[in-house]
Formats: sequence, structure tokens, C-alpha cells
Amino acid sequence: MISLKRRDILRSGVAAAAFVSSIGRSWAQDRKSVRIGYAISKTGPNAGGAGITTLPNYLLWAKEVQDAGGLELPDGSRLPLEVVEYDDRSSAEEVVRAVERLANEDKVDFILAPWGTGFNLAAAPLFDRYGFPQLAVSAVTDKAPQFVQRWKKSFWMLGGGHDYAKALATIIAEASKAGTLNGKVAMVSVADGFGIDLVTAARPAFQAAALEIVYDKTYPIGTSDFTPMINEAKASGADSFVAFSYPPDTFALTQQSQIADFNPKLLYLGVGTSFPVYSKNNGANATGILSLGGVDPTSEANADYRTRHEAATGIAPDYWASVITYASLQMLQEAIRRKGLDREAVAAEIASGSFETVLGETKLEDNQLRKIWWVGQWQNGKFVGVAPGDHAGASPLILPRQAWQKA
Amino acid sequence: MLVTAILSGLVLGGTYALLAMGLTLQYGIARIMNLAYGELIIVAAFLAYTLFATLGLSPVWTLFIAIPAGFALGWGIYGVLMQPLVRRARTPAGLEIDSILATFGLLFVIQGLLLVSFGANFTSYSYLNVAVDVFGTKLAANRLIALALAVVLGGAIYFALTRTLWGTALRAVSVSPVSASLVGIDVDRAARTAFALGGALAAAGGVVISMYQTFTATSGVVFTMKALIIVIMGGVGNILGALSAGLVLGLAETLVATYVDPGLTLATTYGLFIAILLWRPTGLFGRAAR
Repeated sequence: MISLKRRDILRSGVAAAAFVSSIGRSWAQDRKSVRIGYAISKTGPNAGGAGITTLPNYLLWAKEVQDAGGLELPDGSRLPLEVVEYDDRSSAEEVVRAVERLANEDKVDFILAPWGTGFNLAAAPLFDRYGFPQLAVSAVTDKAPQFVQRWKKSFWMLGGGHDYAKALATIIAEASKAGTLNGKVAMVSVADGFGIDLVTAARPAFQAAALEIVYDKTYPIGTSDFTPMINEAKASGADSFVAFSYPPDTFALTQQSQIADFNPKLLYLGVGTSFPVYSKNNGANATGILSLGGVDPTSEANADYRTRHEAATGIAPDYWASVITYASLQMLQEAIRRKGLDREAVAAEIASGSFETVLGETKLEDNQLRKIWWVGQWQNGKFVGVAPGDHAGASPLILPRQAWQKA
Repeated sequence: MLVTAILSGLVLGGTYALLAMGLTLQYGIARIMNLAYGELIIVAAFLAYTLFATLGLSPVWTLFIAIPAGFALGWGIYGVLMQPLVRRARTPAGLEIDSILATFGLLFVIQGLLLVSFGANFTSYSYLNVAVDVFGTKLAANRLIALALAVVLGGAIYFALTRTLWGTALRAVSVSPVSASLVGIDVDRAARTAFALGGALAAAGGVVISMYQTFTATSGVVFTMKALIIVIMGGVGNILGALSAGLVLGLAETLVATYVDPGLTLATTYGLFIAILLWRPTGLFGRAAR
């Protein structure tokens, strides 16, 4: 009885699979849609990051393309999108498996990048082998120049640890020269990918800028109590405090600094600072805090994007990689409009073309997006870009930071 | 500096103890190794967050909802999921394996429901994040609540277990379920009560930590792991053991972070864990043999 049931299920499963693949084939022949696939962390430890930066933008973009009647091709015709989504469960092996499946079984036309530096690196050889352009946005790596040599159709859009560290070092050094800061830095970092990358870049950058690092400690991932580090940093005599932290750490550091009455003149925190919830939870106390990323507060395209993002997905985008993720999809869409569904031609167009996106005029240099904000600061309820200062739309940096206001 | 380190260590330990006490009751008396324990904490954390964000209800008031609700939930889970396992289990070891498998499944069910209802985002809000001056050291009021609650609840349960007839019956079940039933104790009911009490403590812990710790729908397992270490260190089923092991762990982590290196806190936790197990294989307050 049971075996009969199993066989039935198996048979219907096979039939369903055959049905799906026959549809796939007929689509491939007379094109009634464009298949876009991606693997993203919907569950597991990475879901928090992917769920704010990447996935909402994929959904927003797909919805907007669909509402516009589909993806426009060079001949002016439009094809509806068909989206294939996999949950990688925050496992690198699952990303690899899903990308292989998207390429071989689902036969998608384009694959959107996964979330995270590690996952983009894990998937890059596969994107390359199957000839898919990879628009890696949520990946911070100093090795991008080498990667684009190895994987010609890979694009890296969020810079590297050295870029962020150098920009921060410049800010502290200039303020110290001006007498606003005392040139001493206390620094903590999470002993995991992001923290290690950034602190490794920051040490030489701070030294090169003639800054004195008076406290430099790492803490294990999952640390919930930062009181000892805050007390040590407070006693160290530094008036710049830098933390290369993950979101839970960033939130805890903010809360516990207030308890300890720790008021460094310059406060720089890691991932999570640019999340909308940060300003919601901290209100006026967020003002003056520095972190990675930022936006141009005067840009109408950006303001409009934020409104649409919130209306379509119910959550506000972050102030760092969200808008770049959306811009990368606009670039892909425009490249398809110019070149069609030929992946080779689309990749060449993304590499060399110039695009009008939410970031304004966007053009890649050596397959990398270089015109982005390295340092941002909370000002008037917005996380605005302050460095590089010559970047169009840069806001002036405000130092020293105000002391914590008591609730 | 030393006073500061000791006080903040005790406060951190209070959180640890609060999170572990429920598990020690469930594992020690009901003999259910509840892997979904951390998920119950997260459910309570989301409850506190939702009530705070929508109705503006203070998490301190939420405690009065969450503790009975946690008790009821524990009572229900035991009745539906655990009782059939207890009935068919031939040996305590068999029950342990079955309950691990069943609660492992339950973990994913709860996690899935949380993901569907709240998404995967980091959730955090701030409540009572004000400094309280204790012996010249500034401590966060919300963390002090956790310590106070751990001491009060731990003390109350310890008193109930050691000084009342009802508590003696529960302890009898924990020592030997078979003999307990011979002297007329309703073992099933006692185990169910202990499991439900564990649920109530998990709910209390979840509400309190939501005030100062960032959580996601999937972070329950972190709390289960930490609680498990404390339970084993303190002696399975011993509420004072969980309380003191939690405080010791918090103290050790803070002292190492202050005087040695913050990077060694995890190593300290596990080093201490191994050392205590070598010295006393049944935990600080564990019985000589089980």
C-alpha cells in the first residue's frame, strides 16, 4: 500500500518535471518570457543582511519590470519576467548548487548575484563557467582588480576594505591636524570576515596617516556585552572610536556607550549603522555617527527610489548597498534593452556602457563601480555621504559629534 | 576598575542564568532535552517587541502576559508532542533521544512560523537603556532587571522545590520516575508541570533580553547552546546550579575581556566548561550519580 503510494507520488513528480522542462523548451524556442534566477539567504544567519539589502530590491525591480509590461528588448518588444528563486539557507554549498541548477536545469537567461562577499566569491567560478554576467553588489573586496582578470564577466560594485579604511583615516587625520581630534584612535573589530578585512586595512592606513592606535582588540562573533571594551577605550585617552562591527554588535555598542557615558568626538560603527532602524531606535542620538556608505540627500532620483522601495516591499532600504543593488539591476535591464538576451554582449555593454540609474550617471571602471560613498554620517535623520568630499552631492562632515542626549 | 568588571560580569551572568534556568527544569525533571528552547525565547522576544512597537506596552508589563502564556505553551507542547514519546519510551535514554528528535523538528516549525510572520530582519528596540549607579559603576537598567529576575525567580523556584511538598514530588520525579510513581506521585503531571515552568522561564528571559539584545527569527539556537552549556555546568535539573554557573560564566567573560583580551571570551567559556566537567563530571551542583 505504502509502496504503491510512493510510486504514484514518484510518477506524478516525474510527470511534473517533464511538464516543466517541456515548457522550458518551448519558451526557449519561441520566447514568451525572460527567465531570471537567483539564490538568496532567506533563512539562516545571513537572512538578516540579505533581507534588507538584496532581496527587497530584487522583488521591487521584478515588480516594476512586470508592471511596465515586461523587459524591453532591442526591437522594442517586451517579454514578461519569470523569476526562479532559491533559498541558499546561508550555506555556501547551497549557493553553488543553486547556481548550477539555475544554469543547467532551469535554463535561466540571467542570474542575479547572491548576498555577501563570501557567497559571491563562491559563486563566481560558476557564473564564469556558464557565461553569466555577475553583478556582485554586496561584496566588499580589495581583490576586485584580480577577480575581473580571472572572471571577465564579474562586476564588483561595493569597493574594498582599503577604500573604506583610507577614507576614514583621511578624515581622522585631517580633523587631528585641525585640532578637532587628538590623533589617538581606539578600535575594536569582530573576528569574522568583514571585521578582519576592514581592520587589516585600517591598521596600515591609520599608521600611514600618522595616527596613534592606542587600543586595538578583536571580539568573537556573537558577543553581546561590550562594557569591558567600552571602558578600556574610554580610559585609553583616544577621542576617536572605531568599531568594525556586525549589526547586533553595532546596536549593542550604541546602547552600551550611552550607559557608560562614553562620548568620543568621532564615533564610527560598522554594518547596521546605515539601517533605517538605527535612526528609528536612536533618534537624535544617531546624529554625527559615522559608518560605511551613505546617500546624496539632494538627489531626487534617490528620494523617489526610497519611496517606491518602501511602498513595494514594506521596508525602507538601507543607506549603503541597497541603492547600489537597485542601480545594478537598472544597468542589467538597460544593457538587455540595448543588446538583447545575448549574455556575452550584455556583459560587454555593462563593462563599457554608460547608464542612467538612481545613482545618476553610472559607468564602471575596469568592471568596478568606484564612484561610491566611502564614509557617511547621520545628519538630520538621513545617513548622508561625506567622503570622498569631491563626490557630487557630498555633505560637509560635522565634527565633533554631540554628546549622548539623556532620554 | 575591578569593581566595574565584577559588577558588569554579574549583570551579564544574570542574563545567562535567566536564559538557562528553564532548560534545566525541562531537562532535569521532565527529562526532555528541548532543542526548541531558544525558539521559545525568541517567540517571547517578538511578543514583547510587537506589543511595544504597536501598543507602546512596556516590556515589563509584557512579562505578566508572557510568563503565563509561556507556561500554557509549555503545558500544551508537552501534552501534544511529548506525552506520546514519554508513554512509549522504555528507558530514560530512549526518551532523551526521542525528545531531541521531536524538539529538533519543533525548532524548525517555530522558526518557520516566525520567518513567515516577522521576516528574517534584525529586530531591536531600546527600552530602559538608562544608567543606574551601583557602587560608582554605571549599569544598564534593563540588564539589571534580567539579573534581578534571575535571582528572584531562581530563588523562588529553589524555595518551592526544596521546601514544599509539591517541590519534593518534582524532585522525586527527577531522581527516579519509577520509584516516584510507586509512592503515589503522578509522574506525568509532575513532568508536565516542570516542562511548563521551563516554558514560563524561557518566556520571561525572552521578554527581558529583547530590551537590549538584537535578535532575528533564526537566532534561537544561539540561546539554546549557551543555556545548554550553563545547564550542564551547573548540574542538570539544579536551579541554583544554573544560577551560579550563569553568574560564573558572566564574571569570567568580563574579567577576561577586561584584563586579558576580549578575543578570548569564547575560549574562556569553553575552557571553564571543560575544567568544571573534569573536576565535577555532573556539574557544580550535580548529584554524584544519576
